[in-house]
Amino acid sequence: MSKTHIRASPAKLSIPHLSYRVWIVWRRNVDVFFKTIKVNFFPSLLEPILYLFAFGFGLGGFIPDIAGQPYINFIAPALVAVAIMNGSFFECTFASFVRMYFQKTFDAIVATPVSVEEVVAGEMLWGATRATINATIVLVVVAVAGLFTPVPLVSSPLFLLAVPIAFLGGLLFSAIAMCFTAAAPNIDFFNYPSFLFLTPMFFLCGTFFPLTSLPIVAQSLAMAILPLTHIVNVIRAVLVGGVEPIWGLSTGALLSVSLVWLTVVTVAFFILSINLMKKRLTS
Amino acid sequence: MYPKQQKRAPNKDITHYLTFLVVFCRVNFKFGCLNLYLSTMSSREVLIKASGLTKKYGEFTAVDHIDFEIYRGECVGFLGPNGAGKTTTVRMMYCFLMPTSGILKVAGLDINTKCREIKALVGVAQQEDNLDPDFTVIKNLTVYARYFDIPKAEALKRAEELLRFFQLEEKRDVSIMALSTGMKRRLIFARALLNKPQVLLLDEPTTGLDPQARHLVWDEVRQLKKQQVTVILTTHYMDEAQILCDRILIVDQGRIIEQGTPAELIKKHVGREVLEVDYNEKLVPLLKEVFVNARIERLGDRIQVFTDQPHGVFEGFLKEHKLQNVSIRNANIEDVFLKLTGRGLREA
Repeated sequence: MSKTHIRASPAKLSIPHLSYRVWIVWRRNVDVFFKTIKVNFFPSLLEPILYLFAFGFGLGGFIPDIAGQPYINFIAPALVAVAIMNGSFFECTFASFVRMYFQKTFDAIVATPVSVEEVVAGEMLWGATRATINATIVLVVVAVAGLFTPVPLVSSPLFLLAVPIAFLGGLLFSAIAMCFTAAAPNIDFFNYPSFLFLTPMFFLCGTFFPLTSLPIVAQSLAMAILPLTHIVNVIRAVLVGGVEPIWGLSTGALLSVSLVWLTVVTVAFFILSINLMKKRLTS
Repeated sequence: MYPKQQKRAPNKDITHYLTFLVVFCRVNFKFGCLNLYLSTMSSREVLIKASGLTKKYGEFTAVDHIDFEIYRGECVGFLGPNGAGKTTTVRMMYCFLMPTSGILKVAGLDINTKCREIKALVGVAQQEDNLDPDFTVIKNLTVYARYFDIPKAEALKRAEELLRFFQLEEKRDVSIMALSTGMKRRLIFARALLNKPQVLLLDEPTTGLDPQARHLVWDEVRQLKKQQVTVILTTHYMDEAQILCDRILIVDQGRIIEQGTPAELIKKHVGREVLEVDYNEKLVPLLKEVFVNARIERLGDRIQVFTDQPHGVFEGFLKEHKLQNVSIRNANIEDVFLKLTGRGLREA
């Protein structure tokens, strides 16, 4: 078992020095993605179709409307949000760990003028890109499926904003994932965050039922510490134009709260993850 | 008066001009001398300098206050048993690891502050296979060239040249997974040359190579030396170090315990010739009696007699005593290494 030290006190955190070279690292992953596009593309296309079919058309037939909308219209934006979460988190845990630990790709890259910080940042930008690609695929599937539903699944003209939001949300999950990667003694370690962090969020962040049907304490907890809640809020707002009020906030106010929360937490985890990875890789 | 003054004025100018000329020539002469001096010194230009260099992992000291200088165009070998600190030292030279204390400068640049600049000058062939399994052979090189900001067309040109030299042309479009160990090592070496480095760091470059491939690597190292590239290598192959290295640093337990040219080290520590014979209890006292000043050691089931006497000293002895399984050979770096790092059992 390899030694990992995570004793970074807040005082020791430093702002990473990054240059255009993060995009060279990013380019490497883009090249690999396009080389293996067949295995990357079709699975991510199939998953949202299955969810829409099983939960939307199947299960949705037994469920009354939510806020005047059919059930399938409620879950469609959540599927986009979940794609953001899964795409980036798995990229920066399992995939990054393989590149770092088994393939020693990072070791090879840091022997060039590219720094450790830039390698890690490049990986996270790629994680965010991957989330954006996956979310866009789901968005297209949802929009096309909406042609066959009584009420279109995408009804707001702001729906294209889902793409940059996917990048922000993807960056956040990449940064959180990279912190786990910095701490991971082996690849099996990622079962913990997958089952204890991702799976609860998948169900409890206003994805398959409105957050408002939970007790106010649970609602507040979800708003305070679960990133997916905010991504679901924002994506739902831009796809269908309105969100169920939480804490009595209007759609506009909730949108602002969620965007600020996402931005602040992304910046914090981005800096933290680079510091933790640098510690792991250079000492 | 007036015309005189007019006449004097140009005279003054001429004097000024002459003074200037003399000063100019003197300064030029001085610079000329300096250049001459520098050019004679350039073969001894210090390219890498370590002083008090230390690396600790927790309580364990991997590299313990070492000092060394490496000159431009030199090939220097770091030899030492496993865990001696060779790789750690080499890794600090390209900022892969940061020293716990001490100073390390590469081409005058401090590794604590000038990592990027240093890494642009250095080519590294790491010990592990860290080729990119997601790419083909050629793509491994072109993607790696990007990290050095080498333009695409130039990168492709250099990559093709390197593949040709390392006899990997046939494998150009093959996946890394399909390469043999030897081919992978050659590709790692080729990749280290993409940025036309001034300093080449080779961490066990020929481990796992067949003899043909080893010679290919040795040829390349010799060519690079001719081009004034400084080569630093770690190896467990003593013959390799003896053949390639201008200077050898023997490292043990994080310290440099001896250094010098291969010939110096051999002469100093083991003499000239070695007689090797199968171990036999009765033979040891006899050898001691005949070769009074020689060092006699047992290495496994063999006895080794080291002498700095001229050639022929063993032949007479062998005529008198019929011994089985005898060989006489030149002393080599392996003898030095084993003597200094103490693997042999000193019994005789």
